Amino acid sequence: MSEVATHHHDDHHGAHPTGIMRWLTTTNHKDIGTLYLLFSLMMFFIGGTMAMIIRLELFQPGLQFVDPQFYNSMVTMHALIMIFGAVMPAWTGFANWMIPMMIGAPDMALPRLNNWSFWILPFAFTMLLSTLFMPGGAPAGGWTMYPPLVLQTGDAFPFLIFAVHFMGASSIAGAINVVATVFNMRAPGMTLMKLPLFVWTWIITGFLLIASIPVLAGAVTMLLTDKFFGTAFFSAAGGGDPVMFQHIFWFFGHPEVYILILPAFGIVSAIIPTFARKPLFGYSSMVYATGAIAFLSFIVWAHHMFTVGMPLAGELFFMYTTVLIAVPTGVKVFNWVATMWQSSMTFETPMLFALGFVILFTIGGFSGLMLGVTPVDFQYHDTYFVVAHFHYVLVTGAVFALMAGAYFWMPKWTGHMYDETLAKWHFWLSVISVNVLFFPQHFLGLAGMPRRIPDYAVQFADFNMVSSIGGLGYGISQILFVIIVVKCVRGGEKATDEVWEGAQGLEWTLSSPPPYHSFTEAPDPESITGGHR
Amino acid sequence: MSKSNITYSNADYYVPDSSRWPLIASVSIFTMFVGGATLLNGANIGPYVLSVGFILFVYMLFGWFGDVIAESEAGTYNGQVDVSFRMGMAWFIFSEVMFFAAFFGALYYARMYSIPWLGGAGSGGATNEFLWPEFASAWPLFNTPDSYGFTQFKEVIGAWGVPFWNTLILLTSGVTCTWAHWGLKIGSRKHLIAGLSVTVILGIIFVAMQAEEYRHAYHALGLTLNSGIYGATFFLLTGFHGFHVTMGTIMLATILARCVKGHFTHENHFGFEACAWYWHFVDVVWIGLFIFVYWV
Repeated sequence: MSEVATHHHDDHHGAHPTGIMRWLTTTNHKDIGTLYLLFSLMMFFIGGTMAMIIRLELFQPGLQFVDPQFYNSMVTMHALIMIFGAVMPAWTGFANWMIPMMIGAPDMALPRLNNWSFWILPFAFTMLLSTLFMPGGAPAGGWTMYPPLVLQTGDAFPFLIFAVHFMGASSIAGAINVVATVFNMRAPGMTLMKLPLFVWTWIITGFLLIASIPVLAGAVTMLLTDKFFGTAFFSAAGGGDPVMFQHIFWFFGHPEVYILILPAFGIVSAIIPTFARKPLFGYSSMVYATGAIAFLSFIVWAHHMFTVGMPLAGELFFMYTTVLIAVPTGVKVFNWVATMWQSSMTFETPMLFALGFVILFTIGGFSGLMLGVTPVDFQYHDTYFVVAHFHYVLVTGAVFALMAGAYFWMPKWTGHMYDETLAKWHFWLSVISVNVLFFPQHFLGLAGMPRRIPDYAVQFADFNMVSSIGGLGYGISQILFVIIVVKCVRGGEKATDEVWEGAQGLEWTLSSPPPYHSFTEAPDPESITGGHR
Repeated sequence: MSKSNITYSNADYYVPDSSRWPLIASVSIFTMFVGGATLLNGANIGPYVLSVGFILFVYMLFGWFGDVIAESEAGTYNGQVDVSFRMGMAWFIFSEVMFFAAFFGALYYARMYSIPWLGGAGSGGATNEFLWPEFASAWPLFNTPDSYGFTQFKEVIGAWGVPFWNTLILLTSGVTCTWAHWGLKIGSRKHLIAGLSVTVILGIIFVAMQAEEYRHAYHALGLTLNSGIYGATFFLLTGFHGFHVTMGTIMLATILARCVKGHFTHENHFGFEACAWYWHFVDVVWIGLFIFVYWV
């Protein structure tokens, strides 16, 4: 244990409230990180239940269990909850827990704002989930909220809009906090190019959030005025254009998908060198590649709407910029592979999930490349091929990286090792079932099955049945994760400070679990080696 | 932005005590949203819920800022906290810029693409031919493709009347704000309070003139939110800006009250500067509005 970790200044700032008030009023980055992660896990299961309903209905052709309106509500709510309720808060939770420890800071830069950005979320999602019980049902026009369809939403409509505003405020506040923390709170000696990649990917994610979320807020505000105040933004009859909404939405929406995946790149870049016992290959190229992806993410948006009608120059421009993203992403994948080349790897659960990420995310990347080519996209648009693509990048991409990160740092957070046997079961069940779930959807899409449809032609029956079986398997396997987390919090083998043999970085110099305020004194600048991951 | 040449010992680092204000903020905004949404859905209870939320929200603002001001005046904060506040405010303003960018984007898109296409330009020939063959592309768009459901208007607000004077007022207020800052820096409370008072008064005049312009547009010109894409972009952009000027004026008035009470020193006055930044930001947005909404 290093000298730093032995200092405890918990009583430094007076008494802390206990019980429920501790969690409601906390300004501590670890408490808030825990709240974010637990909230995210809860949303993961609520959104997952909706996914189960979707797969249940699609198990066989015909309408068996739910009516089409409710089915569409499930599709819409599943996406909104998984994106804004599960993945984004999970990343902010990781950022809260890890960034101050990684940069040698005592806490986040703006602790009260931090508390607020978390405590918005339960209220925002209460609003969103309450729409399930409203006249007219929950929003059913898809998470992209395209007008004019979304304007037909019943009483749920203003609740949907305000919930989006509210969770957007949370994201912006969280992002501002991360950016201010990294730029203002680094320990002496922690230069920018020594930052762990998770920190780098998060600052860039922060920029993306601050620049794109307000645009979403603007877009949904115009939906609100179109519905209730007679404006004509998205009505061609008044000189506006429904396609305009799609442009504005995707100007937010495309950076958003990188918001969901960049921190995953950071986590994988931390895990692979640890279990390969080798420095990360091409640290600086990783940083520049992340920056390049972030920049490109702002000039590719219309590839989500190639088929909507656009001048040829637009189709070409957005196709070229889109496939260009493959270059920095390829740099990353090759760097991860090169890190593992001739290394001494072991395969603990975090490493398994990270390897699963690299392989399966790359599959999702390749199908994305196919979709990025305009004439090809004309065939694939709005089919199950798109569904397969974004679930490969978001489930076997983002969610796998979340699982990898959770296993990687859980011993640091709780002070106990998790149950490795159960965790390996969790990995293998997940990785097999998730491929059974999503891989057949590629074939369904190529054969022409449209997305967001509760019923389908009988030719698609077999693959849908396989996919639903995989879905059930994947859903049930995630319960294992909850069991593992609960066991780990309650006890288990004592974790060392370093936890993993090859672990590098400031967070591993602190005790497991770390003190309430991470670094109450700046770490020794000599101990900051940096550049390794 | 980042001052890497300044290092602070973490021993001096300040982590604020637990606070109930963020939670109250969430509860109050939640209450306002629920009230607003039920109001929009036509339920009678909406306005009451909205009012309760608003009162709670104002209470939260007084409480939260009151705590921060008290801590600041007690000298609790150090230089590092100050930098965190500055970064927070700067990025918040940037997020506001992007919020406005969405509405400006809508304006540009309508003028550059959707209206010409509806008029048959480019690949919009068939749209024009089969949907609204009589429609001709124009800006300002007096005649919407379909007149059903839209309010027709006779005339638009010209750039060289009230908007021109409002431009002068806002630009002047930017100068008087800097005058106040100069007064604060040289330690002259007289200049500070005079400059800030003039700024607040100019802000109020701006909002009043804008309100008068709206009244004129609605009653004399028939130009409303419902006047097709022109009315929509006009009122949303200027209205959203006017809302920001109102907020900025309230912020500056709060700062003025603090200055009268003797708060701020010549080197420690982040609260003042944050509001000044915000004021300059609404100023710059107005220039964009004046050029693209009123003028060209």
